[in-house]
This record gives sequence, structure tokens and C-alpha cells, in this order.
Amino acid sequence: MRTSLFITCYNDTLFPETGRAVVALLERLGVELDFHSKQTCCGQMHANTGFRGEAFSQAKRFVQLYRDAETVVIPSSSCVAMIRDQYPGLFEEMGNASIREDYKALLPRVYELSEFLLDRLGIEDVGAYFPHRVTYHASCHGLRALQLGDRPYRLLAKVRGLDLAPLANVDRCCGFGGTFSIKNAEVSSAMLAAKLQDVVSTAAEYCTALDNSCLMHLGGAMHRQYAGMKTIHMAQILASTEDLPAEAFA
Amino acid sequence: MTHAVLDPTLAPPFPEGALPVLRNPQLRKNVAHAMDVIQAKRAKLVAEKTDWPELRSAASAIRAHALENLGYYLEQFEARCTAAGGQVHWAADATEAREIILGLLRQENATEVIKIKTMTSAEIQLNPFLQAAGVGVFETDLAEIILQLGDEEPSHIVVPALHINRGQVREIFARQMGLKDLSDAPHALTDAARTYLRQKFLTVPTAISGANFLIAETGGVAVVESEGNGRMCLTLPRTMITVAGIEKVLPRYEDLEVMLQVLARSATGERMNPYTSLWTGVTPGDGPQRFHVVLLDNGRSRMLKRPVERQTLKCIRCAACMNSCPVYRQTGGHAYGSVYPGPIGAILTPQLMQLQHAKSLPYASSLCGACYEVCPVKINIPEVLLELRAQVTDNERRQTVRFLDPLYLGLRVANLVFSRAWLFHLAQRVARIGLRLFTQKDGWIHSLPFIGAKWTQTRDLRGLPRQTFREWWTARAKEAK
Repeated sequence: MRTSLFITCYNDTLFPETGRAVVALLERLGVELDFHSKQTCCGQMHANTGFRGEAFSQAKRFVQLYRDAETVVIPSSSCVAMIRDQYPGLFEEMGNASIREDYKALLPRVYELSEFLLDRLGIEDVGAYFPHRVTYHASCHGLRALQLGDRPYRLLAKVRGLDLAPLANVDRCCGFGGTFSIKNAEVSSAMLAAKLQDVVSTAAEYCTALDNSCLMHLGGAMHRQYAGMKTIHMAQILASTEDLPAEAFA
Repeated sequence: MTHAVLDPTLAPPFPEGALPVLRNPQLRKNVAHAMDVIQAKRAKLVAEKTDWPELRSAASAIRAHALENLGYYLEQFEARCTAAGGQVHWAADATEAREIILGLLRQENATEVIKIKTMTSAEIQLNPFLQAAGVGVFETDLAEIILQLGDEEPSHIVVPALHINRGQVREIFARQMGLKDLSDAPHALTDAARTYLRQKFLTVPTAISGANFLIAETGGVAVVESEGNGRMCLTLPRTMITVAGIEKVLPRYEDLEVMLQVLARSATGERMNPYTSLWTGVTPGDGPQRFHVVLLDNGRSRMLKRPVERQTLKCIRCAACMNSCPVYRQTGGHAYGSVYPGPIGAILTPQLMQLQHAKSLPYASSLCGACYEVCPVKINIPEVLLELRAQVTDNERRQTVRFLDPLYLGLRVANLVFSRAWLFHLAQRVARIGLRLFTQKDGWIHSLPFIGAKWTQTRDLRGLPRQTFREWWTARAKEAK
């Protein structure tokens, strides 16, 4: 099986370890990976801030780049949500028939990482080993837009050594919201403080998610507050084994 | 307590309006507690309804159908209401609505008026207008009495006084009712309110209400409430004036079967609200003998013409969106600078005001989608927020002052960078070198200048790694060869 990795602009720049972990994980599972060197951004930042023309040109770019891909895997639930929920409106308003058709044909082949593992590969036990107490933050886009449901929990349940700590108010936003964290920095921080309280009270060593944007927010506050807890993308947990622990990707 | 400004033309932008609450632990605790209680009740009563998804779909379809055929149903409502002995008045905007209502009160020689809780009258700022015209206005909903006597503003559309605690209620009642020995026991406060209200019910012959629904088929009006004080206003006075937004119309009487179920469960977490009043025109010898309905447009026809924004008008004012909103949970209602707070306010206020005021509101959301999930009539609030953000951006980006606005500049540069992979790669390297200046020995950034300071005021940022993913991938591919 072949798949094309859309790493996303911020993972590429800020969290390359997540990309390396996705590569290790998928190659271990026998998947052949492509990386399209022309890839940049899905357009979410522009779309969510009201820059629709710019968002459209990035959306068009994405569809044109991946038109011929067998499948596309994306380790970021909010970018997948952008592609699924916002592209149709952008293409309806500004696109032509050909881009709309290409998009329609591509969409069923675009997967968020946990969807790819469970729905495409049909693998629940990826053979990972991660002997730590972990809590899972169900990012809003994964929870509501993608309806990931129990997928992340099923994957984590099969990780040997992992002690999953339930998180209170798991459906509540961490307050990131992209440019919301800048435009409404104080309100965003108040939401973050409330979320952090729930996360820290799990007494876990790690908070994981399928979206590094929430983790950047939570992790930034943990570091600021010496909270004694770290964030880690789920790809890094799923990639780690006895021979190749998570630190190998860091 | 600082006095909240709920006039969007005067209120500060949302981030600024939120600050006093963010610094008030008691208020935040009150809001969070109230939200927890209501949300838990709602969740329980929605869960027991095995056909909730179908009910929600039906409610959404009824509202959408009514809006698609609004002209037809409004005319039908007018004809049936008139036939039943009511009088229908059309108000294009808030000013017209206020003038019509004042005119009707003058006809009645009314110097005082009692009111059933109505958001629409708050929208048109009716109370201060009538008071300035010499008409004494008395709210009869308990929470509204507290607000009125305490000179406070509503912070929620269903439980408007949730920001005021029992001790403060006691203080307000003691001061305004002249009861200096009043205790803060719930029964004592209720007794005080009852005594105050009874006297109004028995002496004021003119009442004003809003409407939860207008029923086209019968020409009737429906109001739901919890206390029965609204029912009193519907039985004792001689004259009733109902003010309602034009979107409140339902095609048929039997549509209430669906709407009342979703409204009570979503709003207060009850199977059925305690008092549901329906009245149609006038009935000789029973209830008010003169009945007027003022139908308010105030921007609604304009909203109706726009396919995405139109769904805002499906709203039945249950407040489930604000109860579930993580932003409202932290800020309460006053930050929104409008009588309509929370997610629905964030989309409704800017549309009623034509965006030039309240343009910070479409950004007062992290787009988490909790509001859409609970909305009983399926208003896709995040979708409307994005539409409004695009309108704000389209307007602002033409202004020369925005040219150097860091956010606008940053997003324009980002767009250029994202359009060419080589440029993106270059920008990554430039950022890596640039951010090194701010990166501490531990590899983290603790403080950034300019717009970055908005991030680092409460969070750190990990410094950029030495190698991007694409550099790693390219190096690995070379090695493999």
C-alpha cells in the first residue's frame, strides 16, 4: 500500500518529530510513503481568519498536488477538518467544475492518522510499547468535525505498558482556536487555565492528542508553569517500541 | 460592580469587554456553576429522548420551512390574528417599534405597564425609551425584576441574572423595596418579590410581552415561562401588546408539538416548561380585551436574503449554545456588549447591527463547534462565524490603515509563502534563524515582541528545531541512495 504524507505546515516547521514518527510507524506497518516536496499549507489559518481568497488558493493547490495520490494521510485533525468542511464552500464560491470534481474524487482518499490506521489499514494493534501514564485530549476538530469517536482510545488501549488516565471535561476546548489565541489572548488563556487544571489532575506524565496545535497550546502553558508534564503527539506514542522508544524521534 | 454596556454601538470590543470578568473569580465561579447545572440537566433529558436526532431534524426543518416562506406565513398570521380580534402593526426597525408601542400606550392613557420577559423588547431598548417618555415600566419575571431594581444588565437570555448571587439580590430588594430587615433566605426573597408583584398585577391594566412563537395557522401567540408571572400578565390586564421578531412565526399549531419539546429540554433541561400560554386575539370576558402584535424587522429581512446567514433566524432562544460554550463559560454575557450574548449573540448582533459595530464578535469563538452540536434547530454557528469573519476581512483589508496591521501583514506574507514551496522552505529557515534571538538556553521561547507577545504573555513556545521535516526527509532519501 502507498500513501502520500501531508505533514502540514506547522508540523513541518515546529514538530518534525511527529512526521518522523509517522514515517517510522507506517513503514513498520508495511506502508510505502511519498512526500510531495511542493506541499505547504491546507489554508485553515487564512480561512478561519476570514481571508477566503487566500484560503481558496491554498485549497486549490492542495487538491492539485494530491489529485493522483492513492491515499493521503494527515497527522492533524484540524487540517483534515478544514479539507472536509471548508473546501466545499470555497470551491463552490470561487472554484470551477474541474476543481470541484477533482476535490470530490480526492476527498474519500484523505485520512486523518487514526482513521488511516483503523479504517484504511484495519490495524488496531500497531505493536507499540510506551510504558507511561498518558491522558488523551480529544481536540475539538477530531471530536466534532471528524467524529473520531473511540478510534484514538482503541489505538491507545493496544499500546503495551500504557496507562490511560481518563480526562475530565474531555469535550471542552483548550482555547487555542488558531488566531483566536492571539486576537482573544486573555480569554484563550482563561480557557487554557481551566483545561490545564483538568489535564494536570490526571497525574499523567504525558498529554497526547491527534493535533499538535492543541498540544502546542497546552505544552506551552505546561512549560511556562513547570507543570511536570509533557505533551506528545499520538503518532510518537504509536511509533515507539522497546527498541525504538519515543525519545528516538525527538 | 462595573456597569455593563449592552449597546453594540457603545460597547468595547469583545477582548476588552471580557477583561473585568476574567479578573472576577466570584463571577466566573457563578457562571461556570450555573452552566454546569443547566448542561447536566439538559444532557440527562436529551439522553432519555431516544428520538432526539429526529426531533432535532424536525425542529430544524420546521424553522427552515417557515423562513423560506416567511412572507406567506406572516400575512397568514396577520389575517388570522386580525380575524380573531387582534391588531397587527409592522415595524421596520427599533425606532418604529418603540414609537408604535408608545403610541398604543398613549391611546390607552397608560402611565404604567407590566412586562413578561421579552428579549425583543431588550433588543429595541424599550424600557429606557418608555421611562424617558414618562411611562413606568415594571418587569415581572423574577430575574428581570432583580436586574431592573438593581440597575443591572442581563448576562444570559434564559437566566439573565445568573451573575448576581443571593446576597446581592437581598441587598437590591432591601434597598429598592424598603425592607431593611430582609433576610437572604430563598423564601424570604420570594415573598418580597411576590408582595411587590401582586400590587403591580392588581393595579396596572396594560401589559407588554414577547413571543416564543407566532402561529400562522391560528393567528395565536405562544409564550413559555417558569414562574407563572407571565400568565398573570395575560389574565389581569385589559390590554396586551406583544412585540415579536418577524422570524418567530411557525406555520401550524401542531408544530408546537416539536418546538416545545426541543425548547424546554434545551433551555432549562425540563421535559415541559412549567407554564405554556397560548392566546389568540381577544375572547369576550376572558383576558385582555385589546390585543396588539408589533412585528419587528430590524435587520431580519436583510439577513433572510443571505443563504448562509439566514440560518441565524432559525434560533428559538433556548441558550443551549451559550451554556455549552467554553468562551461564554469564562467571560459570561456582558463581554458580548449586546442583549444577545454567547455564540448566537456573536452571529446575531453583528448582523442586526450591519457589522460596523460588533465586528469583534465573529472572532469571539475558538470554533470548537460545541454550540452547533447542541443547537436544537441545527444552526451551524461556526459556519456563520466564518462567513462574518470573511465579511469583516473583506471590509477592513481595503482600508489603508490595515496595511501595516501585523495580523493582516502576517497573513498576506503567509499567503505568498504558502504559494511556493521554495519560498516556504526559505521562510522556515529565516524564521529559524530569527527566532534563535529569542530562544533561551533550554530551547524554549519565553518572550516574543509585538504580536508574538500575545502568545508568550501566558505560554512558552518551543524554539524551532534544527531541521524541518522536509529537510529530514530529503536527507534521508539522499542517504538511501
